[in-house]
Amino acid sequence: MTLLSVSGLQKSFGGVVAARDVEFTVARGEMLAVIGPNGAGKSTVFNMVGGQLRPDRGRVLLDGHDITHASPQKRFRRGVGRTFQVAQTFLSMSAAENIQMALISCRRQSGGLWSPARERHREKAVQLLARVGMAEAADVPCSALAYGDVKRVELAIALAGEPKLLLMDEPTAGMAPRERTELMDLTASIADTQGIGVLFTEHDMDVVFGHAARVLVLLRGRIIAAGAPDEIRRNEEVKRAYLGDEHALERPKGARPA
Amino acid sequence: MVKISAIRWLALGAVLALGAPAVHAQQAPIKIGELNSYARQAAFTVPYRNGWQLALDEINAKGGVLGRKIEIVSREDGATTGDATRVADELVTREGAILLFGSFLSNVGVAMADYANQKKIVYIAAEPLTDAITMAQGNRYTFRIRPNNTMQVGMLVDQAKASGAKRWAIVAPNYEYGQSAAQAFKRLIQERVPGAQIVVEQYPALGKIEAGATVSAIEQAKPDGIFNVLFGPDLTQFVREGNTRGLFEGATVLSLLTGEPEWLLPLKDEVPEGWTVTGYPWDQITEPKHKAFVDAYRAKYNDTPRLGSLLGYMVVYMIRDAVERAGSTDTEAIIKALEDAKFDTVIGPVTMRGIDNQSSMGAWVGKLVLKGAAGGMADWAYKDGTSFMPTEAEVKAVRKD
Amino acid sequence: MLALDPSFLAVQALSGLSSASSLFIAACGLTIVFGVTRIVNFAHGSLYMIGAYTAATLIPRLLDLSFGPMTFWAGILASALIVGLIGVIIEVLLLRRIYGAPELFQLLATFGVVLVVQDLVVQVFGPEDILGPRAPGLRAPVEILGRRFPSYELVLIAAGPVVLGLVWLLLRRTRFGVLVRAATQDRDMVASLGVNQAMLFTGTLFLGAFLAGLGGALQIPRVSAHTGMDLSIIAEAFVVTVVGGMGSVPGAFLAALIIGQLQAFGILIVPKSTLVVVFLLMAVVLAIRPYGFFGRAEVVGGSHAVGIASRKPLPGRFAMLLAVVAGLACLPLVADAYLLKVATEILIFALFAFSLQLLIGVGGVVSFGHAAFFGLGAYGAALAVKWFGLSMEAALPAGLALAALGAGLIGAFVVRLSGIYLAMMTLAAAQILFAVAFQWVEVTGGDNGIVGVWPAGWAGGPVPYYLLTAALTVVAVLLLRRIIDAPFGYALRAARDSEARAEAIGLTIRRHRWLAFMIAGAAAGLAGGLYAFSRGSVDPSLLGISTSVDALTMLLLGGIQTVMGPLAGAAVLHALRDWVMPLTSLWRLMLGLSIIAMVLIFPRGLVGTVRDWWEARE
Repeated sequence: MTLLSVSGLQKSFGGVVAARDVEFTVARGEMLAVIGPNGAGKSTVFNMVGGQLRPDRGRVLLDGHDITHASPQKRFRRGVGRTFQVAQTFLSMSAAENIQMALISCRRQSGGLWSPARERHREKAVQLLARVGMAEAADVPCSALAYGDVKRVELAIALAGEPKLLLMDEPTAGMAPRERTELMDLTASIADTQGIGVLFTEHDMDVVFGHAARVLVLLRGRIIAAGAPDEIRRNEEVKRAYLGDEHALERPKGARPA
Repeated sequence: MVKISAIRWLALGAVLALGAPAVHAQQAPIKIGELNSYARQAAFTVPYRNGWQLALDEINAKGGVLGRKIEIVSREDGATTGDATRVADELVTREGAILLFGSFLSNVGVAMADYANQKKIVYIAAEPLTDAITMAQGNRYTFRIRPNNTMQVGMLVDQAKASGAKRWAIVAPNYEYGQSAAQAFKRLIQERVPGAQIVVEQYPALGKIEAGATVSAIEQAKPDGIFNVLFGPDLTQFVREGNTRGLFEGATVLSLLTGEPEWLLPLKDEVPEGWTVTGYPWDQITEPKHKAFVDAYRAKYNDTPRLGSLLGYMVVYMIRDAVERAGSTDTEAIIKALEDAKFDTVIGPVTMRGIDNQSSMGAWVGKLVLKGAAGGMADWAYKDGTSFMPTEAEVKAVRKD
Repeated sequence: MLALDPSFLAVQALSGLSSASSLFIAACGLTIVFGVTRIVNFAHGSLYMIGAYTAATLIPRLLDLSFGPMTFWAGILASALIVGLIGVIIEVLLLRRIYGAPELFQLLATFGVVLVVQDLVVQVFGPEDILGPRAPGLRAPVEILGRRFPSYELVLIAAGPVVLGLVWLLLRRTRFGVLVRAATQDRDMVASLGVNQAMLFTGTLFLGAFLAGLGGALQIPRVSAHTGMDLSIIAEAFVVTVVGGMGSVPGAFLAALIIGQLQAFGILIVPKSTLVVVFLLMAVVLAIRPYGFFGRAEVVGGSHAVGIASRKPLPGRFAMLLAVVAGLACLPLVADAYLLKVATEILIFALFAFSLQLLIGVGGVVSFGHAAFFGLGAYGAALAVKWFGLSMEAALPAGLALAALGAGLIGAFVVRLSGIYLAMMTLAAAQILFAVAFQWVEVTGGDNGIVGVWPAGWAGGPVPYYLLTAALTVVAVLLLRRIIDAPFGYALRAARDSEARAEAIGLTIRRHRWLAFMIAGAAAGLAGGLYAFSRGSVDPSLLGISTSVDALTMLLLGGIQTVMGPLAGAAVLHALRDWVMPLTSLWRLMLGLSIIAMVLIFPRGLVGTVRDWWEARE
């Protein structure tokens, strides 16, 4: 059931090695978190999977297809959807049009010169918005939405491509704590029902330990630990890596819904 | 002058009384359209505007023509062919101008000639010099006052014969005027000076000369004669650079228009002495009529006249005469009154030749000298244009009408 | 034969070095100002011109005081200082207000300054060229390998490296310099350091203007101060800064060296190629290194998200469309010949501006050389008439095709770039075409252009030609509108709003933009062809910077956030020009001031302002 398989990934900038021998897999329906202190190489790894960076060495396989050197556009067609650390939506369009745009692109209709875009795939778009709880806001310009809502729209855009793998770069950055949980619960339920593999990076340990099935810890470009959240929390090397922030790995206070 | 005007007045009165009883002295003025590059070519066109304004004021003070005052509606032509025809269209269709005159750059003149032909309106080119206006692109609606390139170059080439120079360099601005003058020079020097050859040609873009590189490229070909068509800022740079590098030492230099005050004054004391030029030694011309013009001009503007001033002044008087003789503002009548007509101007009689609509106005040819802190012309003579005009056969060979 | 003479080659190389030096001094202020403020200052050439005029007027008076030859150099410095102060005034009054504005607005605002200065210079210094004095003691030439070479040129050759050295010292050894370099690297960082940013920017403008003034003043012994200096130097200074990498002083020096030599030797090989060579160099360098020799990728700010946004379709828009079409069709019943001519030109410019809207308002691609396609359309039509004897009916599509082809070719280069480099590359492309039209005399007629491009007999009168233009314009505008609303237009907007998001949903941004260039180019080409037949002639000015600026001004005037803005902008600008230009000789001053006022006060344009007001009322 392996969806994404990354092996021997390596990348250096000038003399600085940002990622070294990175290997991991993501299964369908699985949520895998990548954590690590600042500068550990999270973004580098993430962008090599997303297609924004070319690895120096190693392979990235999606569903058995080699996508190591594919452009972001090709990866999208292979089933990779993603969200960005700072939400990237089309601010000049309404929420529904954002989704419609993704649907249009997905069906390779973006070269259409004649019939209006706003009439295409409208129903499907509203359905997708409904799934992230944004159906009411379908006709609201994206520029007028609260940031938390923009993040939801962005998730719906990513889902419009019917992805097999969802990449989420710091999905909850810039959101209020309650919004964070809601968004990640939503993501988890979608991933679960549709069998989408989710790879995400995150600073908020509540989010990581509350939602990830497995956690990958990066330090100076290397994976120093990988496993279930509880194993990671006990791992001495990980604790040392987070030295100076001893409470970072403590179990979140209060119960949380599973 | 007063006497002539009085006679004209009487004649006019007779015309009014006999031919046009409905015409009153208080009628709307006759509108004449004028367009020129006042922004880009101010050195020439501003004195030129002063010149036609002076003539206009004189004429209107004496009652105008056909019992009506003349009004000149003047416009900026933007120094491009497109803007010029646009402005011309405005002058004709909105202002109701009965004829058009003006424009400075030769390419604009050619476009205006084409416009005149298309819209069937008289256009009098005052300054543009390219042969095309009265030759290949000529038409029955287009007239020219100033001696054209072939005529002025012809006058200069005559002076070159004696010098014995055989290896010639040409430097000219890369647009219609420069190309046309260079072509005329190549033709005439080879016709009239046996054994003459062109050893180097340089065509810097108008207003964008790289003087140092141009001078050394000419120097490299070791010419003993140089034919210059540059004017304005290009000329200034070329002269400075050439003086410094000794380009002109021992070479015969023929230069179009450089003796005209508009191009001579900016050179100040760096005037290249000994150049043979066409120009306008206004302070040395002693004919009383011309002197009267100079005095009137200086009194009105507190400035000395340029060639542009003279031209503007002459053109308006010639238009006045033509309209008067035509007896109406009708285009066909004006054409008839212009073709093969003789005009009595401040520089003497001038004839408008009918086959190519080129006037016989001549030019002053002489040598540049330094007088005090500024340049002037010496050993000059006025060459009437008649004997330098293209022959009838030449005209008929290229004109389409 | 020419190449075999070493002394000649040496002198030619020295000439090239001295122009390189002059060019570097003129351009390095531009690159420093860009580095700190991120503004491409069109008015830099105007400052250079003011420097030359000031020096040519001031120095003779100083020399009259007879304090010896040092007064000449003191006069040069004084002129540069005066220009520096003018730079400060421009910064305080204008630039300070537009640092955050989109690039397009900045370019236009500084171009407004260019127009204002052009008229003011004539008012202050008079219309005639002013020949400055020569440097005392440097009148005589020196002998180099048996050839004479002007000694002042040697001074200039030395001046370039001296200025480079001093600027280097200033940037390395002073606190101001440290801040300038820091700002060039990362503007936000300087803001967060608690530095007085206003003072830093004002100081930078002073330095930039001082260098421009110095460059101009140093030219007076070679060149008379004249009114065309600003635009001729700014085009080359742009090339120097872009080729060197924007913000990089050593890059500018290297670029100036190359250009100086190219010009000195280019004139020998192809005497008429001078204009093309410079811009070809820029095109080649940008094609290989998209950020010049030493430039770095720009951190793209939020400035891209300016343009058309989705709106609900207005109710009754078909009725409105019908009313407009009926109004256009009935105009000949009431208008005289001249009014029809004006209306014809307004329609043509409306189409031209509208085609640019597809690139800028929809695609976020700031093309600063849209005249290229307008001119290609006009030249295509005119050449078809002149060389192939085609009728108007065949020549118009020929012009359109040539423009689309040109847009395809230019677009292929340009879509690889972004931001200011893209704007400069489109400008360079238009300038190359301008130079070709200007200097390839045998085919294009050079500066003369091509005359005799009149419409076919049936369309010859003002009424038929107006109706033809109206019909074609309406059809073209409706087609473009359709495209803007279609998925293709949305995809362009998507790429404008967020490139990362557009890529992540599989949009091939470059291909879309490339196609947009061709569509916009074809529409502009149709406008150009119609214009050629309306005027009966074409000339290189159709490809010039001012034609591009016209289109941008119409766009800005109407409002780049509205679909119909450019149409209103074209009508207003053209009507104003037609009405005001005959009344005043200070047209450029007025136009310049209005452009500046629009940028500062009505950045949303006429249609945008009216719409906002309307929506606020509801």
